[in-house]
Amino acid sequence: MRRLDQVLYYLRESPMLGAGTLLILLIALFGILGPVFVDTDLARPLSTTPRLPPSWEHPFGTDDAGRELLAVMVVGVPLTLRVGLLAGSVGLGLGIFLGFTSGYLGGTFDTIVRGVVDTLLTVPGLVVLISIASTIREEISVNIMAMVVASLAWMWPTRVIRAQVLTMRERAYVQMAKLNGMSDTEIIWKELFPNLLPYLAALFANAVNWAILSSIGLEALGLGPQNDPTVGMTIYWAITFSALIRGMWWWWAIPIVFIGLVFVALLMISAGLDELANPKQRKAV
Amino acid sequence: MNNQAREVMLDIQGLEVHFETRRGLARAVNDVDLQLYKGERFGLVGESGSGKTTMILALLRMIKTPGFIAGGRAVFDDGTDLLALSPEDVRKNRLRRVAMVPQGAMNSLNPVMRIGQQMALTMREHGEVGTGEEFEARVAKLLDQVGLVPEVADLYPHELSGGMKQRACIAQAISLSPRLILADEPTSALDVVVQRQIMQTLRQLQLQLGATVLLVGHDMGLMAQFAERVGIMYGGKLVEVGSVADVFRNPQHPYTQLLISSIPSFERRGTFQGIPGVGLSLLDSPSGCLFHPRCPQATERCAHVEPGLTQLGPGRQVSCLLYEKEETHAAPS
Amino acid sequence: MPPLLDASHVRKVYRGGGGLLGAQTTETVAVDDFTLAIDGDTPSFTTIAGESGSGKTTIARMLLGVQPPTSGTVRYRGIDIGQMDKEQMRAFRQDVQAIFQDPFEVYNPFYKIDHILTTPIEKFGLAKSPQQAAEQIDVALRTVGLRPDETLGRYPHQLSGGQRQRITIARALLLKPKLIIADEPVSMVDASLRATILANLHKLYTDFGISFIYITHDLTTAYQVSEKIVVLYHGTVAEAGGVEQVIKDPKHPYTRELIRSIPVPDPGSAWIEEAVEERDVEVPDAELQGCRYAPRCVHAEERCTRVPPLYRLDDGRVASCVLYDKHEALADGDLTQIIGAPQQKD
Repeated sequence: MRRLDQVLYYLRESPMLGAGTLLILLIALFGILGPVFVDTDLARPLSTTPRLPPSWEHPFGTDDAGRELLAVMVVGVPLTLRVGLLAGSVGLGLGIFLGFTSGYLGGTFDTIVRGVVDTLLTVPGLVVLISIASTIREEISVNIMAMVVASLAWMWPTRVIRAQVLTMRERAYVQMAKLNGMSDTEIIWKELFPNLLPYLAALFANAVNWAILSSIGLEALGLGPQNDPTVGMTIYWAITFSALIRGMWWWWAIPIVFIGLVFVALLMISAGLDELANPKQRKAV
Repeated sequence: MNNQAREVMLDIQGLEVHFETRRGLARAVNDVDLQLYKGERFGLVGESGSGKTTMILALLRMIKTPGFIAGGRAVFDDGTDLLALSPEDVRKNRLRRVAMVPQGAMNSLNPVMRIGQQMALTMREHGEVGTGEEFEARVAKLLDQVGLVPEVADLYPHELSGGMKQRACIAQAISLSPRLILADEPTSALDVVVQRQIMQTLRQLQLQLGATVLLVGHDMGLMAQFAERVGIMYGGKLVEVGSVADVFRNPQHPYTQLLISSIPSFERRGTFQGIPGVGLSLLDSPSGCLFHPRCPQATERCAHVEPGLTQLGPGRQVSCLLYEKEETHAAPS
Repeated sequence: MPPLLDASHVRKVYRGGGGLLGAQTTETVAVDDFTLAIDGDTPSFTTIAGESGSGKTTIARMLLGVQPPTSGTVRYRGIDIGQMDKEQMRAFRQDVQAIFQDPFEVYNPFYKIDHILTTPIEKFGLAKSPQQAAEQIDVALRTVGLRPDETLGRYPHQLSGGQRQRITIARALLLKPKLIIADEPVSMVDASLRATILANLHKLYTDFGISFIYITHDLTTAYQVSEKIVVLYHGTVAEAGGVEQVIKDPKHPYTRELIRSIPVPDPGSAWIEEAVEERDVEVPDAELQGCRYAPRCVHAEERCTRVPPLYRLDDGRVASCVLYDKHEALADGDLTQIIGAPQQKD
């Protein structure tokens, strides 16, 4: 059980990491256990009396269309998290593959990848996402939303992983691995990859964070799934129905609080992991 | 060298430097007593972890956390205790009384400043005043003393070779005519011929200034050629001190004996005698004498009793139970 | 029968400078025309000695196939190592192994030290079962004086430099190579452990018949373990021959000055007083014409503007200096005859 010990050790070493993990777990629990306590049907329009401010009966109030906002959050938060996880995973997965292979093998492949990444990274991501999202004719589901976001999420991981690999490639233990008869693929996955694990975990947290924010951005502009009460869509409806002017603060404030919590949690996780991954921080033995 | 006639310049008593680590306390310098004479060349020898570099950092008050000076005094002949100086006085002290020639020039030379500029700046920072021309003249003289042409003052460090950089470091170190020069393996990165030239220069300077040089290193050959007296450190303790001739021909401490016989030389081929056992871990050190697990002459007592200091003569000391009579052994501090 | 490993007129040139603004490119010749063959049947122990910038590490890397030469070939049993297929590469890697300078960097910090021992067994199919592998590892560790119960299962940072270096020697042993190229194996190890490690290496030569190419800047250790020596200076061979001859009676001005400058642990010699016999001149490599040592050499003369070949002296050694131009030049600059035949007792 050495790996579990290691994980617990990391959590203890970095309070930020511990706090962030705890927070995100609580938020996830909110979404997972929520349906046990709250009737999720109430997240649909015309479920209850509309425009009610928060009260004991409706802790988060209700919106203009009669959706019970607590139910909306219970349904919406997991959806948003799912977009983040999906997009983050695809983005990181692709980034790992491209970053490792182009960094280690070099050559033409590397030149192409590097060129593409460097160029595309200069384009404002949201603009690209908006262009992609608005050209999709059919109904945007949560999963399609995730894929749209993932289309850009791989670039930053590719670049930073490649940079790390470039330095690691020259290390003596890589030379040793070559002399031991290991093939390039084996070297990448058995020698280089394990050493980057904390760093990759931090990248993952970042990717998920970015994906969530991007998806919320798209949704708030109305380019999201119209029939799913995601956090971003709730904000969209709140904007469309002028909740701000009409004084229905609970309609837009509650989603923003949730977004803020998720953002902070993921930020703390990635900063904590960064701390651990940074060799200077790591205490010499 | 008649040690009896020499005056003590620096009297180090009971120096202790500890490091607080997560796994415990490490006594990097362990109750060191040493007297340095005026104008002598003293070599401090030890392997990695012996505490030799830590010791000079302590004298310069450059120990960084988690290390700290846990005790002891280092008293100059004028009564100043280096270890008791306030941080402000430490600054004033540096370069005037005590200067360091570091191992790598990168630790001492600013890469973005010309040599002459930084030497002048260093002097100013340590309280020297004067006009630009006056400093230029002083820099030129210092460069000359270390065997560099005055044009070097206009160059940047990266334009100099390794040997020249090290000479520039030495010039900087002697700029305020210090009484004690601490040199931490100044030639370890240099080629052998260049090393010889640098050490010869250092010796000339030392004789000119009448300064004391404490050379830290692990190259026994270099010590034998450069130093007059030598001190051997092991695991933070100073185990033997004596004139170079004495220590090399007649080593008293078992560690010194093994160390000297393990030095490869051009005298014999093919015979190899290392020191048995595993190196010392400061966090898990043996009881009693630190060397006893590896010592071929260890007795039962050595595992329980820490050896104190035995004076074998002026300037000659050893720290080993073999030389202590049971009754006269002082309790470990 | 082709030699085990041979370098034929190997040359390595680095091009530096240039860059975005098209500044001048400089050419540094790291190794200039080096030829040496190692026999597969008779073990030999050869030192390639030199100071920084001499090219010794570059030669080691080219011999190991880690770096391709700019011109010339390195061949393993007659096959150009730049053109080998997988099978041949495997055989090459098994016959020619390496020990590196830094006993820490060669370990992947993520794994226990066992990784460095189990990987070659696995990759080269040295054992038919885990038990056999464990046995082989056990034997190898004991041969270098380590106790398996004290070393296996530990992480690199939990062991001392000396132990780590010995483990790399044990690793090299597992493959039962014919040749080990050791690049400064003791320079980062404490003085007290050096002798032990050198003893290990020497034992592999005398008891196991493994040939060695020992790369170092420390001539005293070379004198301890080695039979033959090649002294490099700025990419060229200054002198080569038996270790007794070259070190006790150096002929090339550079070798002479080098040996004179080594501080011996004998207090009272004139080392600190005697003047260094060299001119204090530094000429960048790119501008050197002719003998590389000429700018610093006290015997330099007009003839030194042409690169001197290796002249073969009466006692069998070679030196590349015009002082000896009355002698015959070494055919093809091939050091093999000087280094090879150990039946020449010196």
